[in-house]
Amino acid sequence: MAELLSGDRESKILGIIETARAKRAKFRDAHITMSHGAGGKATSSLIEGLFVPAFASATLEALGDAGAVHLDGLELALTTDSFVVKPLRFPGGSIGELAVNGTVNDLAMAGARPLALTLSLVLEEGLPAETLRAEVEAIAAAACEAGVQIVAGDTKVVERGHADGMYICTTGLGQRDPRASLAPDRLRPGDRVLLSGSIGEHGTAIMLARGELGLDADIESDTRCLWPAVDGLLDAAGPGLRCLRDATRGGVASVLNELARASGVAIVVREAAVPVAPAVAGAAEILGIDPMYVANEGKFVAFVAPEQADAALAALRAAPGGEDAAEIGEVRTEPPAMVLVETAFGGRRVMDQLVGDPLPRIC
Amino acid sequence: MRFVDEFRDAELGRALAEEIHATVEPERHYKIMEVCGGHTHAIYKYGVDDLLPSNVEFVHGPGCPVCVIPMGRVDDGIALAHEPGVIFTCFGDMLRVPGSTETLLDAKAQGADVRIVYSPLDALRIAKENPDREIVFFAIGFETTAPSTALTLRRAKAEGARNFSVICSHVTIVPPLRALLESPEVRLDGFIGPGHVATVIGARPFQFIPEQYGKPLAISGFEPLDVLQSVLMVLRQLVEARAEVENQYARVVPWEGNPRALEIMDEVFTLRDRFEWRGLGFISESALRLSDDYAEWDAEERFAVPDVRVADPKACQCGEVLRGVIKPWECKVFGTACTPERPIGTCMVSSEGACAAYYNYGRFAREREVL
Repeated sequence: MAELLSGDRESKILGIIETARAKRAKFRDAHITMSHGAGGKATSSLIEGLFVPAFASATLEALGDAGAVHLDGLELALTTDSFVVKPLRFPGGSIGELAVNGTVNDLAMAGARPLALTLSLVLEEGLPAETLRAEVEAIAAAACEAGVQIVAGDTKVVERGHADGMYICTTGLGQRDPRASLAPDRLRPGDRVLLSGSIGEHGTAIMLARGELGLDADIESDTRCLWPAVDGLLDAAGPGLRCLRDATRGGVASVLNELARASGVAIVVREAAVPVAPAVAGAAEILGIDPMYVANEGKFVAFVAPEQADAALAALRAAPGGEDAAEIGEVRTEPPAMVLVETAFGGRRVMDQLVGDPLPRIC
Repeated sequence: MRFVDEFRDAELGRALAEEIHATVEPERHYKIMEVCGGHTHAIYKYGVDDLLPSNVEFVHGPGCPVCVIPMGRVDDGIALAHEPGVIFTCFGDMLRVPGSTETLLDAKAQGADVRIVYSPLDALRIAKENPDREIVFFAIGFETTAPSTALTLRRAKAEGARNFSVICSHVTIVPPLRALLESPEVRLDGFIGPGHVATVIGARPFQFIPEQYGKPLAISGFEPLDVLQSVLMVLRQLVEARAEVENQYARVVPWEGNPRALEIMDEVFTLRDRFEWRGLGFISESALRLSDDYAEWDAEERFAVPDVRVADPKACQCGEVLRGVIKPWECKVFGTACTPERPIGTCMVSSEGACAAYYNYGRFAREREVL
């Protein structure tokens, strides 16, 4: 009897926690800490507790990667992003390449074909011209690769000691593809969860490039333009494609949590099915970090209706950089707004949003 | 990953779980304390308890270095971090541990130079790179991390690093275990022993547990198969009415420990008369300070440390959780006022803390069927 009662109480307490988790996060901190930029719970509290209520815009409420703008029957997507990565260059890419791909990818995740970018530079006094020139060339090459034009820009210079060389802000304009009807609240029980390739490479590459850990491994950032992969997916799955989200800060774990909350569904992930490169797995093991929380710059999660899942996976694998794409789980009804992991060892656990900040300034 | 995947093999796990099911007596309830936070983390991360029979229960022990640090000690660290010219270094887990008014992360946001290091040697390196600054390392942990602090201090002394000091909060594992076993409210059947501490101090110091208290103990590694095998070893002892120290982690743990590590600890540290443990109160001879030969590198000597005792928040039941008297979810504030993003108690801060582990991983116990 005592056992039964304690079981009831445990369930009740778990219920209270789940209700609290599903509520919109409040912003109650006295000041900004690095956690607010990490893409986890503190970031959500800032967005959902301060920005969204202040601007009262239906488009913002949707919490998508890009906002929708309707203009005389034309459906446009608009997004903006700042880049403060340290160091400026790292294996597999640089801040300039990230600044193009990051913004273009936010458009792609909204099912919009990228059209044009603006470029805003904040430069530190004393920045070598050579460094700036190299980044401008990287921006031009990435824009060419992504098929977008840089159509406007701005430059500011700040005193030495600020801005760590350079910060970049890009704004992207895209046109919604008629094949796409994507939204974070479109997930349905039975939907399959696809991952566009192996995870954790960007965050790990940056961490090692800083040289503070005394670790050396052959790991490159996965930064790339994702529109070709999205284009292929839209062809393969059409309206069966429910939602896309690139797994940047906070990693795959944070993205899945955002979508589970937005759709009020459960997401179950099979840990053994998640592709992780051996070098990334090794570095994560040594550092005690879960690759599911490590940032990517060229990987996304796609939710697809079960009937289209196989075709969608084939399309992902055919896209550049998508060789390791995999189906990693599915959407279920219970428990709502939660992400569960079936561990490779045969157990089960909750995969929560990122708390704290394992790794600042990765993009 | 070689030498890792072998210890996470699901087939072998199932086989061990079957042996455990076959070993337990169904009418009996088994409470096994895993002493070390590393084990708590592994149990939740891999879902090890999903494989156990429902009458085998883990009780999370006091072996999380972050969780046992009292609030006043955190305040001491924060005060040093605010000292002008100081670069304050610590392990990442310490950053979010609440002091009486703020955390080290808050101090950092307000301008204190707080840096995460993975090793005390990194702190010494920062000292060399910043000769005009004072570098303080917040040393925490059991005998597992104490040797690396000792080695760093020996090097600092050899190199004459004058701008480096350590606020030593190292603790030892045997005194709190003894305190636990002496406490009348604890009901435990056996122990999963701390493998990494035993790597340093050996298996011998744990013999008092079977000899004086009649409880079996298996020193365990940290992979899921290690934990399952250790559970099986403890259960077999219980079923066969034996009580001894068994060494599951023999691939790493020698019976006599690591003599070189013990020697350097002996040189650099000396026992404090007593030390306050979060939730467990003052325990005599349970923590280390720097020996007189190393007084020059002792931050408590070099700076004016507030050293004020701060009572734990009233609502916080970390102490009872640490003693295994209540489960995390039985705490009054668990999951409501105290969450990983806004922790009241230390058990909610570190991923090795019993409450954070339960909050993050353990909320779906095996009896809750997922549809």
